[in-house]
Amino acid sequence: MTEPLLTVDGLTVRTGTGRELVSGLAFEIAPGERLGLIGESGSGKSLTTLAVLGLLPAGMTVTGSVRLDGTQIVGASEKTLVGVRGRSAAVVFQEPLTALDPLMRVGKQIAEPLRRRRDLKGTALKAAVVDLLEQVRLPEPDRIARAFPHEISGGQRQRVALAMALACDPALLVADEPTTALDVTVQAEMLDLIDGLVRDRGMAVLFVSHDLAVVAKVTDRVLVMKDGRAVESGAVTDVVRAPREAYTRALVDSARQLEAALDLDLGDAR
Amino acid sequence: MKRRSSLTLWTGAVFAGLVVLLALVSLFWLPYDSDDTSGGRLTGPGGGHLLGTDKLGRDLFTQLMTGSRIALQAGLGSVAVAALLGVTLGLLAAFAQGWFDDTLSALLDILIAFPTLLLAMLIVAARSATLGSAILAIGLAQSAVVARLTRILVKRVLAQDYITASRTSGTTWPRIVAGHVLPNMWPTLAVNLALQFGLAVLAEAGLSYLGLGAPPPNASWGRMLQEAQATFTTAPAGALAPGVLLVLLVIGVNLVADGLRDVLDPTARKDRAAA
Repeated sequence: MTEPLLTVDGLTVRTGTGRELVSGLAFEIAPGERLGLIGESGSGKSLTTLAVLGLLPAGMTVTGSVRLDGTQIVGASEKTLVGVRGRSAAVVFQEPLTALDPLMRVGKQIAEPLRRRRDLKGTALKAAVVDLLEQVRLPEPDRIARAFPHEISGGQRQRVALAMALACDPALLVADEPTTALDVTVQAEMLDLIDGLVRDRGMAVLFVSHDLAVVAKVTDRVLVMKDGRAVESGAVTDVVRAPREAYTRALVDSARQLEAALDLDLGDAR
Repeated sequence: MKRRSSLTLWTGAVFAGLVVLLALVSLFWLPYDSDDTSGGRLTGPGGGHLLGTDKLGRDLFTQLMTGSRIALQAGLGSVAVAALLGVTLGLLAAFAQGWFDDTLSALLDILIAFPTLLLAMLIVAARSATLGSAILAIGLAQSAVVARLTRILVKRVLAQDYITASRTSGTTWPRIVAGHVLPNMWPTLAVNLALQFGLAVLAEAGLSYLGLGAPPPNASWGRMLQEAQATFTTAPAGALAPGVLLVLLVIGVNLVADGLRDVLDPTARKDRAAA
């Protein structure tokens, strides 16, 4: 068996006052594997992703171990972290409004990681930016590259954020609720896009969401979190078909109910 | 709305520009020597003297012109001191966090609680009454305001996802500050600095009025006001002229600041990116 890309063991995050927000979390992600992290808001999902990248806000204390691509993240110096980030992992956030610098043209923002990671310049850099914009299926990549973030739609901004994450060509893509702020049709397109791009590149994914259906669509395995603890984990199909824990069952049931409501409406319409 | 904001900007630029023009011309040409007292004391406007003369017989317009130089020097110098010191301190405080941030914030609050003029008077009194110490004093007092604003602006920018995204892609802090933080706080900071310029001009006039600004052979507007005060009823031009110019400059700069706010707003720059 190959060595996992990401190994989290006994990860505990505390606030400055000592309250535990994440407790003794442990999971692994193999190269190319996709893990879904699911749980209600406040369950510690986002904190976990930040801890994985060594990005926790000052004042929080982390104990345990996070090994990303062979480097220990917990307690690492900023210099080590700068080296690991981007090369090993990149992130897409929830909110497309704040994910891009409002004063910088889209193309320049994508060019930033490209120039640093791939050492591209001039026309090669421009071509790479347009290429990335095409890969995330944005129309008129030349125009988008020259636009400011407020001039494109939320869905387009989220695609740009994805392009920026892919520009680093990371081994692990961390997606923190990347579709939550999008409307449903755009959400489905975005999920397909992530699914395809990640498959092409053999990238591993840590996908965070509160929406079971969304996680089920993209990932192979899920880890259910509640109050900072892992409640249940396993293959997506197993967890959905036969949830062992009461909390997971509640999650699955509520997702089913929503779907059933949709079926009912359709039935009436006929 | 766009139209109105550029109107504000232009009106302000014309007002302030008049004073700048006076100052520039004064570098090459003055109607009279600044120590020429041949005009007779307290003559009214006209008769070779555009605005008349002061109580020592010096040409008022000549003094106004040299005074505009001092006003602009005071404004620019103070803002430069305030910006350099304030932005540096603000950045440090925003990044340091913990006790350094707390201590610095407390110090800044104390400094801000002091009226600018009072603080400047203390500093000028401790040094000597020259234009240099007035500029330094006003700049120091204003740097506290700029530092506190910078600290808040930096913290607000740092909390944005694009900073985190930039860090995850492995960008170093200096690059993040130069590439994202400074450009994003610049619009707000620029407007504030323009306002500070107006305040600095007023503060210098106040110090000069109290005899703590540029020393006598230099004609500062503040000192002209003070000297003309006693003879206001007989020769009102001596007090009105520097007062009007002072108001013109300060209002002009404030209007420019107001116009800048709209011009620097990225969402208003549609015309540049749409092509």
